[in-house]
Amino acid sequence: MTVHSDVAHNNKNYLNHETTLWSWLSTVDHKRIGLMYLFTITGFFIVGGLAALTMRMELASSGADFLSPEQYNVLFTLHGAIMIFLFIVPGIPATMGNFLLPLMIGAKDVAFPRLNLLSFYIYVVGAFMALYALLNPIDTGWTFYAPYSMQTQSAVILMTGAAFVLGFSSILTGLNFVVTVHRLRCPGMTWDRLPVFVWGLYATAVIQTLATPVIGMTLLLLIVERWLGVGIFNPAMGGDPVLFEHLFWFYSHPVVYIMVLPAFGVVGEIIPVFSRKPLFGYKMVCYASVAIALVGFLVWAHHMLVAGISDTSAIYFSVITFGVAIPTAIKVFNWVSTMYKGSISFDTPMLYAMGFVFLFMIAGTTGIYLATLAVDVFYHDTYFVVAHFHYTIQGGAVIGLIAALHFWFPKMTGKMYNEPLAKIAFVLVFVGFNLTFLPQFVLGMEGMPRRYFDYLPEFEGLHRLSSYGAVVNGFGYTFALLNLLGAWIFSKKQAPANPYNSLSLEWNTQSPPIHENFEETPSVTDYPYAYGTPVEGGGH
Amino acid sequence: MTSVAQTIPGEPPHPHHWTPTNAYHGAKLGMWLFLATEILLFSVLFTAFALYRWAYLGEFHDASLNLDWKLGALNTAVLILSSFTAALAVDAAQRGNNKRVKHLLLFTVMCGGIFLVVKYFEYSHKYHIGLFPGVECPVVEAGALHGSEGHGGGADVAEGGHHLEYCWPKDTSGLSEGQREMLVSSKYKMYFGLYYCMTGLHALHVIIGMLLLSWVCFHASRNRFSEKYYTPVELGALYWHLVDLIWIYLFPLLYLVD
Repeated sequence: MTVHSDVAHNNKNYLNHETTLWSWLSTVDHKRIGLMYLFTITGFFIVGGLAALTMRMELASSGADFLSPEQYNVLFTLHGAIMIFLFIVPGIPATMGNFLLPLMIGAKDVAFPRLNLLSFYIYVVGAFMALYALLNPIDTGWTFYAPYSMQTQSAVILMTGAAFVLGFSSILTGLNFVVTVHRLRCPGMTWDRLPVFVWGLYATAVIQTLATPVIGMTLLLLIVERWLGVGIFNPAMGGDPVLFEHLFWFYSHPVVYIMVLPAFGVVGEIIPVFSRKPLFGYKMVCYASVAIALVGFLVWAHHMLVAGISDTSAIYFSVITFGVAIPTAIKVFNWVSTMYKGSISFDTPMLYAMGFVFLFMIAGTTGIYLATLAVDVFYHDTYFVVAHFHYTIQGGAVIGLIAALHFWFPKMTGKMYNEPLAKIAFVLVFVGFNLTFLPQFVLGMEGMPRRYFDYLPEFEGLHRLSSYGAVVNGFGYTFALLNLLGAWIFSKKQAPANPYNSLSLEWNTQSPPIHENFEETPSVTDYPYAYGTPVEGGGH
Repeated sequence: MTSVAQTIPGEPPHPHHWTPTNAYHGAKLGMWLFLATEILLFSVLFTAFALYRWAYLGEFHDASLNLDWKLGALNTAVLILSSFTAALAVDAAQRGNNKRVKHLLLFTVMCGGIFLVVKYFEYSHKYHIGLFPGVECPVVEAGALHGSEGHGGGADVAEGGHHLEYCWPKDTSGLSEGQREMLVSSKYKMYFGLYYCMTGLHALHVIIGMLLLSWVCFHASRNRFSEKYYTPVELGALYWHLVDLIWIYLFPLLYLVD
């Protein structure tokens, strides 16, 4: 595929196509919808982040400081629920996926553009419900475990109702993306020529479509339980709280792959570009995405290994969880092999991508610790788990999102951001994140339980360290986002169509793209990773 | 941006990013994916039901005796018939016979209505005997009921003339001994809780299906469909078939299995 660095640029683009407020609110342009999601989820990221910082302030010293235990319970619940349901689950698919998927496959829009807009508005309704629930904030943990979630006087019905509504948004987006990838690829774009980001979005969309209905129904049952007292999860009436856990985790394990598979795709796009080398093992990376999506449905009860499930079940889930690590490991090996003997440039997106690989290795290996039955007996519900999932979700999915924002910033806005400032922000984020969560592994190993408002004085040193890290981390994100926002508003430098000489289709149109994406429908003859191959169509 | 403005009867709509054939296949794929999500939605309830039936077989059996299998069979026949007419409607649309489409879909929707009417009678009967969440306990003496689980006894309530055999109040504290005898047992609550959830959710989908098919019927009355374009009829019929299929699982599970 030839790189067109001579893409014609005219001053009309999707941003100035029509500029009334109504044109934005009623848009069915996937690029605008992606932007609207981006601003909304960033707002919730800030809210969830403030909840976390407040907790870390309380936890910096042992003993009660300024929060009551009940307030602390509310804070960790809100932090979890907001970050998960309102930020990272829509996350990369709703923002970067919406923006990039049609561009990467050479289409004019997604399969069902009006459904796409509906997805956004359903998200907004769910978001308002969640905000309204803040008036009587829940304290059950984002996991809503029975029986406490049936007894607490807080607004469980409203909050789970919000999650139910948000689930519809996720399902419809997933459905839209699956049909888009199946039906709207441009001429020549066969499945083995799709960018790995598209493969990642596709695998994610399959999970979104199939897993989300299960949590929807489970939360509905929880609402029915609270409202009518049916007894499904109430042991006093013959029900089983562990049934709730099974139903809950049947979705909530696949959801972590919804969070991270797109981030894998982002990293798979960035590393070849900044190593000027083809992605190593492209086909295996694609298969691995699908394998992760499928096997991810089979491991849910590793969240319940000490909840009272049978030994046989526990052994099964432990073994399969080891198995689900394999496709991810394949990806990590392939990314690193891509860099080997490449010509690496350390632009900000590459820094974040490399940071991702490092952080996700820690995340993945500590996951194996937790999957090991004898070890999990000690580590379950300790800070070890908290550190593990923050490494996967924040060190993985969030870093992936920030990497994507930087990499595709020129494409989305038509401007270039300030590179030195972006690098400084990266260092703050990376150092801050590790300072926050590495001590938490140690805390967990020493027995510090999670979701605890207070702790024994011997844990104070590590907690204090973690709290300092949280401040640096928060500052880093703020700096990174302000840098991008500032560049968008104030920068005068017009970005070229293809500033990084990347081979995928989205770079084959101007920055920012025109409303219809491409002047003419493109066609492709090769996969988008033929970097450094001397003969065009040299293939893979 | 999709151009909905110009819809020429018989011609497919022309969103600018699809070709008409591709749009048809894409729409079908989208609908099948959506049906998959509906099946997963109901599967949670079927799982819970299967689990608790296995755990409490005796009580679940007793509770299921309160259901009238003849009404259930009637509903099954009605829905199967309506699925047949929906399929005929698709065939008619493929031949461009909009009038026949309209009549067949009206009949299908009417069958849906019959289903809901029968359901209404089933639910209201249970409400009258107190086997419904939220029914408050009347003032009764202890021992006033003869056999609280059969159809023999039952307390008369002054207003409404309900012949209550059970009660299912939200708050069970402060009840007298006589009232406690009338309380739905927890296993019955489990059975009927799941029963109302499953049949209620299904009835909701019947209503959605009826609305969907009515909308398609409206377009048929405007001669919208032809050999070249019948996608909405096919998708609407697919949805209706799913609604029927779910009932075909519900009926034996709730009404027939011992």
